[in-house]
Amino acid sequence: MKRSTTITRRGLIQSGVAGAAVVSTLSFTRMAHAQDGMIKIGFVSPKTGPLAGFAESDDYILEGINAAFADGIEIDGSTYGVEVIVKDSQSNPNRAADVAAELILDDEVNLMVVSSTPETTNPVSDQCEINGVPCISTVAPWQPWFFTRGGNPAEGFEYTYHFFWGLEDVISVFTEMWGKVDTNKSVGGLFPNDGDGNAWGDPELGFPKPLAAQGFELTDPGRYQNLSDDFSAQISAFKNASSEIVTGVMIPPDFTTFWTQAKQQGYAPKVASMGKALLFPVTVEALGDAGQNLSSEVWWTPTHPFSSSISGQSAKDVADGYTEATGRQWTQPIGFAHALFEVAADALKRSGDPTDYDRVRDALAETDMNTVVGPVNFQNGPVPNVSKTPLVGGQWRLGGDFKYDMVVTANGDAPDVPLGGDMEAIS
Amino acid sequence: MDWINAIVQGILLGGLYALFAAGLSLMFGVMRFVNIAHGDFIVMAAYGALLAVTFTGVHPLLSMIVVVPGLALMGYFGQRILLNRTLGDDILPPLLVTFGFSIIIQNVLLEVFSADSQKLQAGALETASIQIAEGLNIGLMPLLIFLSALGVIGGLQAFFYRTSLGRVLRATSDDQDTVRLMGADNAKIFGYATAIASAVVGIAGVYLAMRTNFDPSVGPARLLFAFEAVIIGGLGNLWGTLAGGIILGVAQTIGAQIDPGLQILAGHIAFLIVLVVKPQGLFPKMKG
Repeated sequence: MKRSTTITRRGLIQSGVAGAAVVSTLSFTRMAHAQDGMIKIGFVSPKTGPLAGFAESDDYILEGINAAFADGIEIDGSTYGVEVIVKDSQSNPNRAADVAAELILDDEVNLMVVSSTPETTNPVSDQCEINGVPCISTVAPWQPWFFTRGGNPAEGFEYTYHFFWGLEDVISVFTEMWGKVDTNKSVGGLFPNDGDGNAWGDPELGFPKPLAAQGFELTDPGRYQNLSDDFSAQISAFKNASSEIVTGVMIPPDFTTFWTQAKQQGYAPKVASMGKALLFPVTVEALGDAGQNLSSEVWWTPTHPFSSSISGQSAKDVADGYTEATGRQWTQPIGFAHALFEVAADALKRSGDPTDYDRVRDALAETDMNTVVGPVNFQNGPVPNVSKTPLVGGQWRLGGDFKYDMVVTANGDAPDVPLGGDMEAIS
Repeated sequence: MDWINAIVQGILLGGLYALFAAGLSLMFGVMRFVNIAHGDFIVMAAYGALLAVTFTGVHPLLSMIVVVPGLALMGYFGQRILLNRTLGDDILPPLLVTFGFSIIIQNVLLEVFSADSQKLQAGALETASIQIAEGLNIGLMPLLIFLSALGVIGGLQAFFYRTSLGRVLRATSDDQDTVRLMGADNAKIFGYATAIASAVVGIAGVYLAMRTNFDPSVGPARLLFAFEAVIIGGLGNLWGTLAGGIILGVAQTIGAQIDPGLQILAGHIAFLIVLVVKPQGLFPKMKG
């Protein structure tokens, strides 16, 4: 009897799935070293979709971690291999929850790490909390991570931990920058009708109260929808209020539409401090020369005086390594993606038994370490399970190795981070 | 003056929507073909313009010389090779195929160009404006887009009513079977129609790329307004599509003037009102 060698649909799908699984699993340790078992770390990240910019440095970071863990990690006298299983959230919260469940139930990961905006961190953290798997998250302001998930400041969460800055830090950094430029203290606010926009514009917890307390007058025309094609209404409102400062938390295409329309319609504020829209150098480059002196919150730069607890590299080394490996300018998520694995490795090492969820969780709760993004300590955060990293403010300036360079111009809340220059008004 | 400004900016915005919608209106009108991937085709054209500008360093407007014929060719062969096979009595296959296209295009663009948002630099043109009165400025770029929309729609109209191919296309939109009896080759005619529609998509893509940031995922958001402009204006009527775009644009800017939260909603409400009052659209050329 002759055996059929034709490709069947089922066979093809099976081999395809197997192939995909091989690609997405990075075994960091040569098996020979892993005498005492393997530790599996699940990593959920938005590798495709609108949030993919945040995940762009993942491959570079994982390569670095790979080298550092090549010989495994030693825990309580035993050597464990480390395997990181990466899953793509496709920038979709539902998908993020699905892949987190897969990592927990099918791959049986010992620890979950997740990064990049509440759309990714929250569903993954929720899955971990339900299933009792320790989880470390970052790159989402702590309020939307904590309160949106129903966090109670008196109790906190059992298995999920988060390090990043919060809304109060952005407000403090922005007002510090505005205080350094001579203006009439009239501020125009552009807050979209999304999670960030509603939080920033919230009359109680957002910008309005602290701004009023510091003598700034806020003109907030109201929540607009993302991907609007016209901002004439806001521009006339700001013109009427003669706002010399513009702030908000816009997505990049909307900021570009707003900024070009403002120029067309003769509105020229002295300061424009925008959350989210100005994070990545490519979006500032897209504005041509009109990006000069736009300001934004800065979570991490190569000038931050911190170094990695895994590789010993300074912030500058990590950023330069990225540019060398990819030819691209550094971006802020690089430091945090690296720090995520620092916190993970530190907790695993102190856990005594990395395969015991509760012992890893206990170790995580006691975290007190220095990472490439600054100190992380889950004991002294604003609410339980949260550790705040320092936030500074900066302006994009033309020049440097790439078209624009991020220059730190406000460090009142984190004096360790050196200033790169003085705050300048937009000319 | 704020209100006059809002209306003027709304009319200019309407030009942009009409330009996005013209290609869709044409395919809808001639072939009864609903292209779910229309927005993604526009984004693809924008990336085409990006490539042309990156490699040659010409002004983005000049990239149309390459992008428009390129898209037209792709449209023609795409229709002949693939989309014609989906046409028939059932309206579902073209919907499904173009929906698949939408996903494929987004992911291929993501693989090739990454998720970085891009924009074409148009230099001084971007921020230049003409002051009409105190508090009323017309940006050159929006004006140029509006005039292009006028030009494109005027040109298409002339083509449809002054040329013999235009006559065949119109006849096809009225009664496919009879046109086939008269000896016209439907497959070819559909190819031409898609080629023309895709050329318009090329123009829309270049303007999209110059106007604001784009990334592989922004296409579907463009589709919705285009659809609404086509429906408001009435199926198969190109000037109607322009009118639909303007109604949509003005409704949005006036809504925003009342409260920015109403901006997008006001456009949708205008669309709903038209659907309720005149389900065939304002200036229908054919029965729905």
